[in-house]
Amino acid sequence: MWDYNKKVMEYFLHPVNAGEIENPDGVGEEGSLACGDMLKLTFKLGKDGRIADVKFKTFGCASAIASASIMTEMVKGLTIEEAEKITNKDIVDKLGGLPEQKMHCSVMGMEALQAAIANYRGGKARAGKITEGKIVCTCFGITDKEIEKVIIENDLDSVEQATNYCKAGGGCGSCRGEIQQIIEKVRGKKASKEEIAAKPKKLTNLQKIQLIQRTISEQIRPLLKADGGDIDLIDVDGSKVIVAFRGMCSQCPTAEFTLKDVVEARLREFVSSDIIVEEQSE
Amino acid sequence: MAKVIYFDNNATTKVAPEVFEAMKPFLTDLYGNPSSMHTFGGQVEKYIRHSRESIAGLLGCDSSEIIFTSCGTESDNAAIKGVLEALPEKRKIITTRVEHPAVLATCRQMQTLGYKLVELGVNGEGQIDLNELESQVDDDTAIVTIMYANNETGVIFPIDKIAAIVKAKGAVFHTDAVQAVGKIPLNLDKSNIDLLSLSGHKLHAPKGVGVLYIRKGTRISPFIIGGHQEKSRRAGTENVAGIVALGRAAELAAKEIKQENTKVKKLRDRLENALLINCPDAMLNGDKVNRLPNTTNISFEFIEGEAILLSLDQFGICASSGSACTSGSLEPSHVMRAMGVPFTAAHGSIRFSLSRYNTEEEVDFVIEKMPGIINRLRDISPFVK
Repeated sequence: MWDYNKKVMEYFLHPVNAGEIENPDGVGEEGSLACGDMLKLTFKLGKDGRIADVKFKTFGCASAIASASIMTEMVKGLTIEEAEKITNKDIVDKLGGLPEQKMHCSVMGMEALQAAIANYRGGKARAGKITEGKIVCTCFGITDKEIEKVIIENDLDSVEQATNYCKAGGGCGSCRGEIQQIIEKVRGKKASKEEIAAKPKKLTNLQKIQLIQRTISEQIRPLLKADGGDIDLIDVDGSKVIVAFRGMCSQCPTAEFTLKDVVEARLREFVSSDIIVEEQSE
Repeated sequence: MAKVIYFDNNATTKVAPEVFEAMKPFLTDLYGNPSSMHTFGGQVEKYIRHSRESIAGLLGCDSSEIIFTSCGTESDNAAIKGVLEALPEKRKIITTRVEHPAVLATCRQMQTLGYKLVELGVNGEGQIDLNELESQVDDDTAIVTIMYANNETGVIFPIDKIAAIVKAKGAVFHTDAVQAVGKIPLNLDKSNIDLLSLSGHKLHAPKGVGVLYIRKGTRISPFIIGGHQEKSRRAGTENVAGIVALGRAAELAAKEIKQENTKVKKLRDRLENALLINCPDAMLNGDKVNRLPNTTNISFEFIEGEAILLSLDQFGICASSGSACTSGSLEPSHVMRAMGVPFTAAHGSIRFSLSRYNTEEEVDFVIEKMPGIINRLRDISPFVK
């Protein structure tokens, strides 16, 4: 069970500013049904140029509802320029904290606010989410720019944290490598310490050959054996690894793919990223 | 804590008072080790034997086929890994996409070790295609593992037919019956089931005890070694109190099983019908007919499950949900997704699972509170126009 504090529960059970403003000056929507949460924010400016009224509608869990509600309280009375500066961290602080896995709820609040402001400025009928950058997480439609933003604003240093804050990487997981690269880029190559520690130091030739052999016998051979094949290590020449396929693999028309997608990929993962695998020529 | 209305019996159940009484002496005076040579320890052995017979009575099998474990998950792990180890020449595993993680994660781990894994899909009602199953079982298949009844929807698979198909093809058949035992009658002597897992805490025994039924003649490797207990298949000093408790719970289940299909089913139907009528845009998930008598899984569109559960919790009502938010993952339940339940509905799915200890007053209380909860959350949902 989630450990929500009293304030989060209070704003969930008795949210303020729930609803929708008719003829608003700005509308922002963030999230989708597939994502499991969505927020629609509407606001109206007063004659003094400050936000006079703001309302929200949320499909989502307790922390999504509480984040949206408290944010509307925070922006009321602010100018657009002041409101624009609110980050997800401000929302979390105001709530007195959220469980780590629920941080994305506060990010959704901030993004809906920004979308509503962009909509006000652009005067468009309806604004969607930030579409700058390229999509990294296809499961939840998260771009590199969005990921960068949560990393910078919340001082994140691991892929798991990035997933907690913006959901990226939380579906099929195929983009986790790319998220790691974004973290490394943003943090000036000073990424998560464990990641670096996990990468082996420069290996001696002997260590390298032993590691290649171990990877083949533990990681690769069982896969090939399942299809009646086998593999032998013939030689290692610098970063070039020469192997021979045996059994079913030797006549298999897709052996070339196995060579790259299985053998080379595993050796790159477990031994060294510069490895090139070749089949022994007859 | 104030009043608790417990409608989450597929998660765990209350320990029956008779069960608690039965196990107490083994936590106080009768603490001896059943393997000891002295009378003080040795006398405990006969209580274990009695428990084994009680469970065999409930399952309709021989008491020598009952192996005690620590939980349902252990039984599932042991069944799958034990059979694969005993049949090294066979490399294929067949299961379904809607299994409990205890089975699914174990099968997928075996897949990473080089085994071929087939995960059968299900239709909108949560049922598999028996023809597809039949065409998948081949000479290379070591084990087929398919649950008896689904924990989330209560959908019951036609296990006797499935077991017969698997048997005819010569593979070993295991079923995770953790949700079925005690809720629907079983008769293993008349079935082709080779291995069956059950868990004590789902049938009013305490947590920490389970069973793996192993049909005589089934080839399976020992799963914990280092002692002669459980015929050397599952070594380790017996959890005597837990085993005695499970035996007593099995006796009660055998006696009360009619109630499940009369009293419990009636309460479930009363709850289900009222919720479907009183809450618009609500729909039932799963197979309405072939279903456990205690379970109902209803989707409330446009709202999210965790928000519903926390609202119910304010009234002391305990239920569970297949929404992404409740699991800590970002995707809704794998069972809902396998059945093709739309995202709108999967995120708002709520499971109520009853037991013989529930009352009509409790059901009526939930019926009274639910529409208000649903309406409040829909009022603030952007999907409701």
